[in-house]
Amino acid sequence: MSDKLTKYLPRMGWIQPVLGALALILLWAFAHVAQLVDPVLLPSPLESWNAFVEGMTEGTLGHDFWRTIVRTMLSFAIATLIAVPLGVALGSSNKLYRSVEFLIDFFRSTPASAMFPLFLVFFGIGEEAKIAVAAFGAALIILFNTAYGVMNARQLRQLAARVMGASRTRILWDVTIWESLPQTFIGLRSGVSMALVIVIVAEMFIGSSDGLGKRIIDAQMIFNMPEMYASIFAAGALGYVMNMLFTLIEARFVHWGGK
Amino acid sequence: MTRPIPPKADGADLSPPAEISAGGDAPAASGDLADRLRWFAPGTHITIRGLNKTFADGTVLYRDFDLDLPRGKVVSIFGPNGCGKSTLINMISGILDYDSGQILFDGKTARETKIGYVFQNYREAGFPWLRAIDNIRYPLKFLKLSQAEKDARVEKLLASFNVSIDLNRYPYELSGGQQQLVSIMRALVIEPEVLFLDEPFSALDYEMTLFLRDKLQSVLTEMQITTLLVSHDLDEAVELADEVLLLTRKPTSVAARIPFTAPRPRNAEITVTPEFIDVKARSLEIFQREVRKT
Ligand SMILES: Nc1ncnc2c1ncn2[C@@H]1O[C@H](COP(=O)(O)OP(=O)(O)OP(=O)(O)O)[C@@H](O)[C@H]1O
Ligand SMILES: [Mg+2]
Repeated sequence: MSDKLTKYLPRMGWIQPVLGALALILLWAFAHVAQLVDPVLLPSPLESWNAFVEGMTEGTLGHDFWRTIVRTMLSFAIATLIAVPLGVALGSSNKLYRSVEFLIDFFRSTPASAMFPLFLVFFGIGEEAKIAVAAFGAALIILFNTAYGVMNARQLRQLAARVMGASRTRILWDVTIWESLPQTFIGLRSGVSMALVIVIVAEMFIGSSDGLGKRIIDAQMIFNMPEMYASIFAAGALGYVMNMLFTLIEARFVHWGGK
Repeated sequence: MTRPIPPKADGADLSPPAEISAGGDAPAASGDLADRLRWFAPGTHITIRGLNKTFADGTVLYRDFDLDLPRGKVVSIFGPNGCGKSTLINMISGILDYDSGQILFDGKTARETKIGYVFQNYREAGFPWLRAIDNIRYPLKFLKLSQAEKDARVEKLLASFNVSIDLNRYPYELSGGQQQLVSIMRALVIEPEVLFLDEPFSALDYEMTLFLRDKLQSVLTEMQITTLLVSHDLDEAVELADEVLLLTRKPTSVAARIPFTAPRPRNAEITVTPEFIDVKARSLEIFQREVRKT
């Protein structure tokens, strides 16, 4: 009996996370039925799920969902295009890196939300401000990680290329950048999460007409709690799927990572 | 009998390039020293003159070190732990800068010479983002060869090694021995003028070591490349060598050079011949004498 269990359990590795999620939903349902929390604040899981499905199929949740994806991806793309080349440049010059290390560290530690007003002044309250501030936050993380990856690339492979007659630029292209890819990907993955966080907050507070952030704050204003939970769930699912996609891309592009 | 080094256009280049990519514009040598530097025995390929290397922590490793290395021969470097074997071949191959002195290959610098290098740590020396076959091909991109010529080189090399590994795999999918074999082929594909091997087999199991040793032995016999092998296995050092170069403790100098002239191709059976035993015994005696010195 227990033999059988140990034999089947590993194969059903997916079942544990599902059990965890199920437990949370049951707890929620129980809290709702037992009225542990004011039912206005905590609708039943089913109500929330219905709000989600309805919003996605008939309502505007699908549109807001899409708007948030577009903003996040746009800011992430801008951040990547700027930060990866810059990170490689910084990482391959020790002097250059030393001279901007403090700036990067400082701004990396500054909450991006504290920068909202600044970006508003420069970009107005339109679309640009949201995308710019999210791109800024993501770019810092990507920049730091890329530079770090390039700087800490193992010496031996670069020496191997040098002894073959590779020039410094060739070594950078053929060895160092590849060597830094695992770290760069860590930066990209954290960067996309950061972009999503900032986009949602920006949608909440920088006059937006759509997006998940706007939707969540609107639902909260009128105490439409099922709607609010549905939107939060959508945001969570979005973040989760993005992260998973990135892990897949990473496994494909950096197939040698950790080996 | 001696013959002069073909003079370089800008005269003797005494100081090493500050950075490996730079070089060739160092000040010319003055009188005496320049004369000394110009002369070496016939059949010499690599000349090392007045080499100095001190580490940042003050450790003097090489002081005014001279050495001539013969063309087309295999020289095994053997010496006490930490005596500077790796440092020496790294300076010769141009991987590591030296403080002063001169190292020339037929009057050329390392940069101007086709060099193959096999590292001990094959895991960290191969390019894991390239398939094994592309690892082997990679150094060819630094030679001016047509695609057809490159393909022919690779074919020829694979034929002479005659191995049955799936070269479309990535290095991390291969066994340690197979990875090191790929490294060796990567070093040899350019048909280097000089081949360096730093303890190439010491991370491998015994069976694999014997196999690779035999392969290397037969390919080197065929290709006649000037080879410097660092080994901490005296059997291996002697078996592969035309000459065993014994080093002292630091500051390092040459303790002895012992020729081993047994005919090639050789294999592990050579180790029971009287000539082998004699060379090994003499090497061991000098080695132990050096180790005991404090
Ligand atoms: N960067 C460095 N700074 C200071 N000392 C160093 C440095 N690199 C090497 N050394 C010292 O120089 C000596 C020679 O090192 P090297 O690696 O060349 O020795 P080796 O003969 O190859 O030793 P092993 O038998 O362990 O391979 C050692 O004593 C080492 O401690
Ligand atoms: Mg060594």
